[in-house]
Amino acid sequence: MADVVCCLFARGGFDRAAQGILGAGRRLADSLGGKLHAVAIGPADDAVAQGAAAVADNVLVVDHALLAEYHPEIYLDALASACKPLAAKAVLLSNDAYGQELAARLAHRLGGSAAGDAVDISAAGDQLRVTRGVYGGKATAVIALNRSPGVVWVRARALEPAAATGKPAGKIQKLSLDLKDSARVKVVSRHVEAKEGARLEEARLIVSGGRGLGGPEPFKELQALASAMGAQMAASRAACDAGWVPPSWQVGQTGKKVAPELYMAIAISGASQHIMGIADSKVICAINRDPDAPIFKHCRFGLVEDYQKVVGPLREKLGHSK
Amino acid sequence: MNIIVCIKQILDPEIPARDFRVDSAKREAERGGANLVTNIFCENALETAIQFRDAHGGKITALAVGPDGAEDVLRKALALKADDAVLVVNEADSNPDPLFVAQALAASIRKIGPFDVVLVGREAGDWGAGQTGGLLAEELGVPCISFAESLEPGAAGTLQVKRQTDTGWELLEATAPLVATITNHEKNVPRIPKTRDVMQSYRKPLTKWTLAELSLDPAKAHAYSEVAELFIPRKETQCEFMAGDTLEEKIDAFARRVTEVMRAM
Repeated sequence: MADVVCCLFARGGFDRAAQGILGAGRRLADSLGGKLHAVAIGPADDAVAQGAAAVADNVLVVDHALLAEYHPEIYLDALASACKPLAAKAVLLSNDAYGQELAARLAHRLGGSAAGDAVDISAAGDQLRVTRGVYGGKATAVIALNRSPGVVWVRARALEPAAATGKPAGKIQKLSLDLKDSARVKVVSRHVEAKEGARLEEARLIVSGGRGLGGPEPFKELQALASAMGAQMAASRAACDAGWVPPSWQVGQTGKKVAPELYMAIAISGASQHIMGIADSKVICAINRDPDAPIFKHCRFGLVEDYQKVVGPLREKLGHSK
Repeated sequence: MNIIVCIKQILDPEIPARDFRVDSAKREAERGGANLVTNIFCENALETAIQFRDAHGGKITALAVGPDGAEDVLRKALALKADDAVLVVNEADSNPDPLFVAQALAASIRKIGPFDVVLVGREAGDWGAGQTGGLLAEELGVPCISFAESLEPGAAGTLQVKRQTDTGWELLEATAPLVATITNHEKNVPRIPKTRDVMQSYRKPLTKWTLAELSLDPAKAHAYSEVAELFIPRKETQCEFMAGDTLEEKIDAFARRVTEVMRAM
């Protein structure tokens, strides 16, 4: 019982999250002296299977007509069936919404313990230990998991991909499962909010607005700045709760955890809960008229000024410099 | 429609970081002068339940697990017109693990009687484990829909649940009973109770059960997980504030820094 399983949603492609989770899985498996298994669930995707095989010792491709689209109950059944026979010490999922919603239930079905939003996983004797932010990011806790397997959703995009070792590619196998449709829950419809460019979680540049903008209108100005920079738009919880922008823009403890090269916070005070969502950014900068705004404590550089005087000129300068 | 709303009392998450202290030996936050409050997502859950009941009928039972003082968050729920309130008194441990909490909730829900939907907050502002809903659904043997923002009656006695995803939203149709975890949304911003209703809430009945009455063993409060360490992380970022005699100069300096980062990408 020293093996590690990485659960990948094939639909996501071989993205930064998949690479991060496999990297974490590889390092943990090596430290435990076990094998690394990857379970790629959903419509078969060669890029995911090949990418996983380069890092993992075994890849199980779990595809089925009922797995064509994500469904919480059916995906949970499938993951539990795929993971159970592997009798692993750790099962890793990424910290997207689907990974988060399945982890605790998967742990329950496997007789293990879950913990989430991990920035680090280590083994201490027979126990897995998970490091994570608590109290809205104001403190850090190490959680000891007292049952096995430890089912952990990790801050996948912040974790280092596996180092290339030249190991032989892992074996790719298809796993066919006998799945049943859920009589209790049906997915009626899915709606993807139209947004330019890459997914926010994968974005390398982010311009984000907060409560200080005072309404939906100023977001248009920020959008123009973001477009000039080739950046993605995001927002703080206050701006989403006010209905100024859609909930899928929300970054923070309960929104997305982003990890861009540059995160520009405009009129965001920087509550610890917001910082939890942006802590993995390489560089954070801010524009805020309050010099004591907590956001500046996390910034590489900052501008103390009213955003209204800055955003327009900044757009012109950054647009030209490209 | 029987709706159960699970409610957690937590240390006020709005304490500024500079005033926040932890007791590393006890592995818990120091309360200091801070208030204990209702977890915001539990308030969103209660608000969702109230809107559903007021539009379509039904009964709301507010349920909490915690020390005797957690009665306060249930009184607040009663002030917001929850129909019933049940507190599972656990003085033994201030931070039981997520499975123990889910088992305590499941045992109380079975004792309360038949239910259609259990609403819980997506996570709590203290430990933020985000596991109560999922584990509770498994304990009760019912489906779970996470990150729900609203609930409506669907066709033929089903429930329509709108839930947030990473890229937008999904509409799901579920047959009761089920568990849903509630996230924040502009439509479920919690209402404020009227002063008169707060006063009256103290005259309403509130049921208390002990762990023993639910056949729960406090010795198992960490069979699933425990906090091994708790500390305040050190931050070392030093912010360079843009200087300049004019606004233009400051904006120039800021733009230069941004360009440097973009070129290094």
